[in-house]
Amino acid sequence: MTTEVLQRPPLAVWTRNADECTLAVSGHWRREGPRVEVTGAPPDQFPAHYETGGLGDYDSTLPAYLLACLQAIIDAAGDKSKRPVLGDLPDNLRGLLELALAVPEEGGNNLNPPPDKEIAKLGAESINVWKSAQELVDFIGQAVLSFGRMLTGRAHFRPTDFWHTLQECGIEALPIVSLISFLMGVILAFVGNVQLSNFGANLFVADIVCISMVREMGVVMTAVIMSGRTGAAFAALLGSMKANEEIDALRTFGFNPFDFLVLPRLLALVLMMPILTVYANIVGILGGMLVGYFVHIQPALYWTETIHSVDLTALSLGVFKSVFFGAAIAVCGCMQGMGAGNSSSGVGQATTRAVVAAITSVIVIDSIFAVIFTLLDI
Amino acid sequence: MNSQPQSQIAKVTVRGLTMAYGPMVVMRDLNFEIKDREIFVIIGASGCGKSTLLRHMIGLQEPTQGSILYDGKDFTGTDPSDRSAFIHSFGVMYQSGALWSSLTLGENISMPMEETGKVPASTLRELVAYKLSLVGLSGYEDYYPSQISGGMKKRAGIARAMALDPDILFLDEPGAGLDPLSSRRFDDLILRLRESQRSTIIIVTHELASIFNIADRALFLDIATHTQGALGNPCHLRDHSENPAVRLFLNRGETIVPPPP
Repeated sequence: MTTEVLQRPPLAVWTRNADECTLAVSGHWRREGPRVEVTGAPPDQFPAHYETGGLGDYDSTLPAYLLACLQAIIDAAGDKSKRPVLGDLPDNLRGLLELALAVPEEGGNNLNPPPDKEIAKLGAESINVWKSAQELVDFIGQAVLSFGRMLTGRAHFRPTDFWHTLQECGIEALPIVSLISFLMGVILAFVGNVQLSNFGANLFVADIVCISMVREMGVVMTAVIMSGRTGAAFAALLGSMKANEEIDALRTFGFNPFDFLVLPRLLALVLMMPILTVYANIVGILGGMLVGYFVHIQPALYWTETIHSVDLTALSLGVFKSVFFGAAIAVCGCMQGMGAGNSSSGVGQATTRAVVAAITSVIVIDSIFAVIFTLLDI
Repeated sequence: MNSQPQSQIAKVTVRGLTMAYGPMVVMRDLNFEIKDREIFVIIGASGCGKSTLLRHMIGLQEPTQGSILYDGKDFTGTDPSDRSAFIHSFGVMYQSGALWSSLTLGENISMPMEETGKVPASTLRELVAYKLSLVGLSGYEDYYPSQISGGMKKRAGIARAMALDPDILFLDEPGAGLDPLSSRRFDDLILRLRESQRSTIIIVTHELASIFNIADRALFLDIATHTQGALGNPCHLRDHSENPAVRLFLNRGETIVPPPP
């Protein structure tokens, strides 16, 4: 059949006699066949006659071409009510064109037409950025109010949800936190040992590992892990719930979705982050100790040096920061989830935004604390 | 498409089909044929396995027993990786529309055409405009599915199902959730598609008005016995079926017409 199609390409011949115009279509019209050969210029008036004598096999390509021509004539005339005469066309073609040319019921119901000009897109994007900032402030405000409702016993959520989230944020995160923290300790010890052994001071590897882990690396790496793991999970779950109208269903039963969904996740992460941070610090120090053993630092000596390197203030700095990091991750995850679009791609976008926002806010908060701690000389 | 003689072989043949989810049998021993250019509806109570049957017919699920043939060729006996010739002759509209949310309506329709063959860009544009016009969505090419209503998504879904001018069009609950006018337009569209595109149309539906309007034959799946309850013209089944469950269903449970003498 391919050969036959190539032998008889689709032809459209426009001819004008006196005031009337005729369109003759012939050949095989196939989607994957050759391009249509048009003879004569399509006129500014509807064809009065159609000739289909030489017409071979065709698929939607033919009615699509006819519709495009007729639509162009209608658009040029500027009169949408103008209808062509399709009398000479075969029944099946006429039926399809009548259906395609029928005025759609929702004519004029152009909800949210997409912006087509670049300046309009820029404007829409700027307004979105401003709205996002407002939403963030609003969300944090709601979180505070919700926390207040919880303290006064007015917030309502299912305890099982809370315990389940606690488990997800806590014990289920231990394997990945262990691996990353251990490797962080190993890396810090290796790098420190290379430099310090030049001065014969490789015992101070213990100090480097301990101070780095306890003050910065333990808490920051835990926060990054939790952003990718838990923050993304919060956004995906709440985004899917929104797309399935589950959040609306909660509202219709009189539940506050914020208290019901966001509060338990916020509390769980704020409670678990300090515990995970302490755990990450310990595992990181053990990683350093392992490297120390291989570079001939006795574990007992390493331990003594570690204990002497930090005081309670330094220990508590990381743990203190972890509470803020936990809150930031939970807020970013839940906010993006609650604000996701009602589609599968909306959920994907929300998850991506949640992770990016969480990691960014962790670094920003850490920088602010670094400045504050320096000013306070701690 | 306009010059093919009507085939004497049944377009679709279902032989001894048993569908199950593990040990739970949904339907057993279904036997029916669908003729070329027929509008065939699958009806039955919610949960009886209508959509499951549709999924078996398009190869998304494998039967426990039995076979499905298209134009006399065994579909279920063919390895799933060798079914592309069958699959390309199907057009499927899913219950929710199942439009790809990251693509515009125009891209939703053009992607199957682009991926299955080389189509000139101008032809592609015309085809997309034409398919959308058929379902009353002219001018919505650049909209994303999230920007249109549920009914419009359904119509865009049928436009996408028609993208490759399929021989067989499967529609899962096309009328559900549509207003009466849109539902009527859908019926018109289905009738015209049968005439114009010479498609065989298989519909899963609950919409009685549509069933009586457009269906040539209906298959009733009996949820009580997990078997084929009845097969025939829906108006005839409504008034004369020997199976009371069929008469009850087609009369909306209001009037139980006594069985034929």
